Amino acid sequence: MSPNSGRTGASVTMTQVEKAFGENVVLNKLDLQTDPGEVVVIIGPSGSGKTTILRVIMTLERIDEGTIQIDGHHLYHEEKNGELVAASEKHIRSVRSDISMVFQHFNLFPHMSARQNVMLAPMKVKGLGEDEADAQAQELLNKVGLGDKLDHTPSELSGGQKQRVAIARSLAMEPKVMLFDEVTSALDPELVGEVLSVLRELAASGEMTMMMVTHEMGFASEMADRVLMFDKGQILEQGPPDKIFKNPDHERTKTFLRAVLSH
Amino acid sequence: MRGPWDWEFAWEQVPVLVQGMLITIAATLIGIIIAVVLGLFLALGRRTTIKWISIPVAGFIEFIRSTPLLIQLFFLFFALPQVDFLPRTVRVIPAFWALVIGLGVHYATYCSEAYRAGIDSVDKGQWEASVALNLKSGTTWRSVILPQAIPRTLPALGNYFVGMFKDAPLGSAIGVAGVLAEARAIGSATFRFVEPLTIAGLLFLAVSIPAAIFVRSLERRTAYESE
Repeated sequence: MSPNSGRTGASVTMTQVEKAFGENVVLNKLDLQTDPGEVVVIIGPSGSGKTTILRVIMTLERIDEGTIQIDGHHLYHEEKNGELVAASEKHIRSVRSDISMVFQHFNLFPHMSARQNVMLAPMKVKGLGEDEADAQAQELLNKVGLGDKLDHTPSELSGGQKQRVAIARSLAMEPKVMLFDEVTSALDPELVGEVLSVLRELAASGEMTMMMVTHEMGFASEMADRVLMFDKGQILEQGPPDKIFKNPDHERTKTFLRAVLSH
Repeated sequence: MRGPWDWEFAWEQVPVLVQGMLITIAATLIGIIIAVVLGLFLALGRRTTIKWISIPVAGFIEFIRSTPLLIQLFFLFFALPQVDFLPRTVRVIPAFWALVIGLGVHYATYCSEAYRAGIDSVDKGQWEASVALNLKSGTTWRSVILPQAIPRTLPALGNYFVGMFKDAPLGSAIGVAGVLAEARAIGSATFRFVEPLTIAGLLFLAVSIPAAIFVRSLERRTAYESE
């Protein structure tokens, strides 16, 4: 059904990753590993650095220390004469081609139709012909339930529709790792469901590794293979959703979940 | 004795003045092309993180913006030919082309600032989405950033183009046979200045107003509701 069929995603390995903004240490010697095809949900209080995890994997922020590997390939380093040195932009681009990201505020290209949004990167980056890219865009927009909105511009779409176009746009690059940064947080409550159902389908397919920062605890407990509780730049605890949501080890996790679930 | 306005005399001057106006328009239009293209490169040059490009470009922009166009025209036409270590084809420029280059470069610096404001106004999420799709830097500029930035600069650019058109008569100071130079020549020859200068002014009006309307309609056509 989708062009991703038969794919299983890539592993992500973060080793001793450090990132600070000035004095503020956002990632503190972080170790984090995901299996190919795993669905990892990251929860935690705001300002805990959980979004930064996704942003350094996407190379939107550069790390200060440590390494990140995608499917065993270093993202920020390359090997020269048996030594790890800082990677060239070209190397980063080539590893980054396996990763894509969906944002809280969609970041669709406002001057293009839904179809053009999805077609741009496959044509410019992968060198797909226009017909091929168009067929792919139609298929993906159909898949996210927007087959009848192909030629609508973002300003003509609701928030939930925009986010679904954004997901289709990322899928068009056939990433092995998809990062979702609070993708339902900017949506009106009645539009959250349509986006979650697309994510549910993607998670169930197992075709890619998914890392999500979200406040949708119901979705997390249903779809996540693993939930990470993140606090003060480090993983406080992690485990299957049942364990983290029903029987967490840390008082900090309990307090956080009570606060999130009560509101 | 004729009064201050002689209709018959006025009509006789129209063809020569229109001829001059065509030269003024031509200089402006070619100048606009230079300003639009060079201005974009100046804007990108000033934004680049490569210091040995961005600093000289910023200096050049400030220098051109801070000195009068008339001095720049005099320099191009009178001073440059005396810089004798340059090849002759570079330093000796016909008056018309000195005007075109002067207008184009002078207004390119203004256009670059307009582009810069337009580029800065594009949401940073657009850059981030481009990274998330692994677009090359050139594609990001051409397909994502500039198509959003340039429509936003059109009001400012349009105003600069009209300003450029009104500055084009400075060419009379270096002997370009534009509309103002022709009007003054007619006045000197006939001792009647009212008619030729009035007609010259009206001709400017006849071009400026439709140009302003055109720019406005262009703005509307390229405008889109932002996300």
